[in-house]
Amino acid sequence: MGMRFPHLSALLLGLSLLVSPAFAVQPDEVLPDPAMEQRARDLSRELRCMVCQNQSIDDSDAPLARDLRILVRERLKAGDSNGQVLDYLVARYGEFVLMRPVFSWRNALLWGFPVLVLVLGAALAASVMRRRATASPPAPLSAAEEARMAQLLADAPQAGRNGDGQGGK
Amino acid sequence: MIAEIGQYALILALALALMQTVLPAWGAHRGDPTLMGVGVPVALVLFLFVSLSFAALVALYLTSDFSVVNVVDNSHSRMPTIYKITSTWGNHEGSMLLWVLVLALFGALVAIFGGNLPDRLKANVLAVQGSIAVAFLLFILLTSNPFTRLVPPPAEGADLNPVLQDPGLAIHPPLLYLGYVGLSIAFAFAMAALIEGRIDAAWARWVRPWTLAAWVFLTLGIAMGSYWAYYELGWGGWWFWDPVENASLMPWLAATALLHSAVVMEKRDALKVWTILLAILAFSLSLLGTFLVRSGVLTSVHSFASDPTRGVFILAILAVFIGGGLGLFALRAGDLKQGGLFAPVSREGALVLNNLFLTAATAAVFVGTLYPLALEAVTDDKITVGPPFFNLTFGGLMLPLIFAVPFGPLLAWKRGDLLGVAQRLMLAAAFAVVAAVVTAAAEDRGPVLAPVVLGIAVFVILGALTDIVERSGVGRVPARVCLSRLAGLPRSTYGTAVAHMGVGICLIGIVSESAWSTEKIAGLRMGDSFTIGTRDLTLERMENRTGPNYSARVAVFTIRQGGISQGTIESGKRTFTARRMGTTESGIRTFGFSQLYVAVGDEAPDGLIAVRATWKPLVTLIWLGAVVMALGGSLSLADRRLRVGAPKPAKRRRMVPAE
Repeated sequence: MGMRFPHLSALLLGLSLLVSPAFAVQPDEVLPDPAMEQRARDLSRELRCMVCQNQSIDDSDAPLARDLRILVRERLKAGDSNGQVLDYLVARYGEFVLMRPVFSWRNALLWGFPVLVLVLGAALAASVMRRRATASPPAPLSAAEEARMAQLLADAPQAGRNGDGQGGK
Repeated sequence: MIAEIGQYALILALALALMQTVLPAWGAHRGDPTLMGVGVPVALVLFLFVSLSFAALVALYLTSDFSVVNVVDNSHSRMPTIYKITSTWGNHEGSMLLWVLVLALFGALVAIFGGNLPDRLKANVLAVQGSIAVAFLLFILLTSNPFTRLVPPPAEGADLNPVLQDPGLAIHPPLLYLGYVGLSIAFAFAMAALIEGRIDAAWARWVRPWTLAAWVFLTLGIAMGSYWAYYELGWGGWWFWDPVENASLMPWLAATALLHSAVVMEKRDALKVWTILLAILAFSLSLLGTFLVRSGVLTSVHSFASDPTRGVFILAILAVFIGGGLGLFALRAGDLKQGGLFAPVSREGALVLNNLFLTAATAAVFVGTLYPLALEAVTDDKITVGPPFFNLTFGGLMLPLIFAVPFGPLLAWKRGDLLGVAQRLMLAAAFAVVAAVVTAAAEDRGPVLAPVVLGIAVFVILGALTDIVERSGVGRVPARVCLSRLAGLPRSTYGTAVAHMGVGICLIGIVSESAWSTEKIAGLRMGDSFTIGTRDLTLERMENRTGPNYSARVAVFTIRQGGISQGTIESGKRTFTARRMGTTESGIRTFGFSQLYVAVGDEAPDGLIAVRATWKPLVTLIWLGAVVMALGGSLSLADRRLRVGAPKPAKRRRMVPAE
């Protein structure tokens, strides 16, 4: 009846709606142990519903997502750690199932790019500032200029707008 | 007939856009004032013709003219009038026409309000605007014509996608487009500056209001889209890190950086080259967003390959404008003279830090959005880059930046005193620490980091207030002087403080919702109750209702707190007849700044109804914060300095007769 696979309504630029009468986690899936249930929910948010577009199994009402949610809970009940559950699912479905890409050489560009931009940007800004500071150091004021400035400051009706910070000194 | 008028108007608009591109640019090149002057009337007439074309499409939708393919595919005769109008842009072709309409509107605004611009600059700006219009008008006419006829016409349309049958569609896309396309002005100014090879503080003064206006619209548009997704999708998420959302977030981040760097350029004549580059990048990211959403590349790299007409066309537009922009930048940026010097610790330095982190955050969103596409296209490997990646990288970059926000406005230009500023922020910091500690003591759930983030948010809000309070001189001068000082502060100072407070408010909402929401999932029968937070929810009845083009099944709950009734909450589903598609209509009740969110699932054969209720503390602050940010932007826009506009050089030029 309803849409089976939630898909992007990429109808509008920037429109962020996914078509889905969404009701993901069903009451019969919930585990009696609240701590274990919380672990299951946290894990569900790390796992992708592979037939959906960018939805975790925690958000999706697709049958596959439900199967995976139940599978996660079964693994937890069997005593798996969170890492073991994830490993189990990756072994079955591949890395695609993980919402958080693994740290690997293949993903080095993905994880490294933001840091690279930050570091290179900082280095660039620092070098430009240093080069320009050394290229044209402002000449110190001569005695006459100092006197002229003191006179101007004394004549000025009020201090500069941003002078408040230094005013207290 | 109406369809043909719309089509002809669009073709004429293309001819006008060509004129607007060629004539003023040629005039500027030859120094011919008459040719340069052509840009203004042509821009106005272009807007007129695009409006006519758009009005024609609206008319076709209003009259449900099913001889037009676009109307058949996206409309239904029984839709409410408001949705008949909004479905004009609730589809690919119509939304591209809206895009061009907004572009022409901005061109016309430059023509009208650009009276104080130097002639050559104005001519070049209009020419660049015109060239963008040419590209997108060609795109519409060649690949996405909304006026194509259908013979024979069917008796009824296929209806608009049900999710879009919502007031959100009336507001969200127009706002977003005003933001996206508004950035084209900054781009056009950057191009014009590079063509002329000169740029000064006055340039920044002209560009800043346009960028600010675009930023305000973009902020509101994104917030609106987020709230729409929140109430319409039914599981209460408000941001999904979906590529479509990221496509709007990237231009916003770049525009935010641009606003800040333009301040440095305007006040201190520094960061010129960087500001030009940012203006190019901001609009490039807008175009990239258009490509991502319009080409179908997001659905699958392979579906893009199977029908690439539109995608390749937009890719070509992308290549021309981004490549052209960056190419011109590479050629001419060296000619731009560098301005004022400053120490690393200074207001300028703080704004550079802001730009550094915003750029890195944009890079995180950019790589997270495009990496899986690129990887699949190159190696056929599929990976998922989901919210955990973005929360870690984007969050990790934004948190330190937000923490640094209160320091910026308190630092002096040229050379600041970080220790002094830190001392002045002591009070704000003390309150922030108290807030964090109290929260940590009261809430034992959620991540350890959450109270820290809350503290940072409080620090940002109080830090923004500190700036205003200090400038008024409270405690140092009599109350009367204090008030007159407050009244005399420039509006842009208030704008800064209010926008920064908006950031803090938004952050409080984000951290509260993410860390301290409570959720309950249960199967209920009629009359059953359960407790969520401090409230009891009772399922009273299920009702069937009929709308104009849908049928609905609604669950009605009563809310009680301590035995006292607080009214009802309704949550249901709609099934739309034409498309046989459903939408959820979540039940939302607001208490203070918090919300109770109720979604119902399927009814089991044994009469059990799945109910998911979530208590979302302070969730509305997320969107209120964005509104406050936009308010700050508007305040700054109302600053007299920006309205008066150009300083001396331009005024002298204006004295020269235009003829």
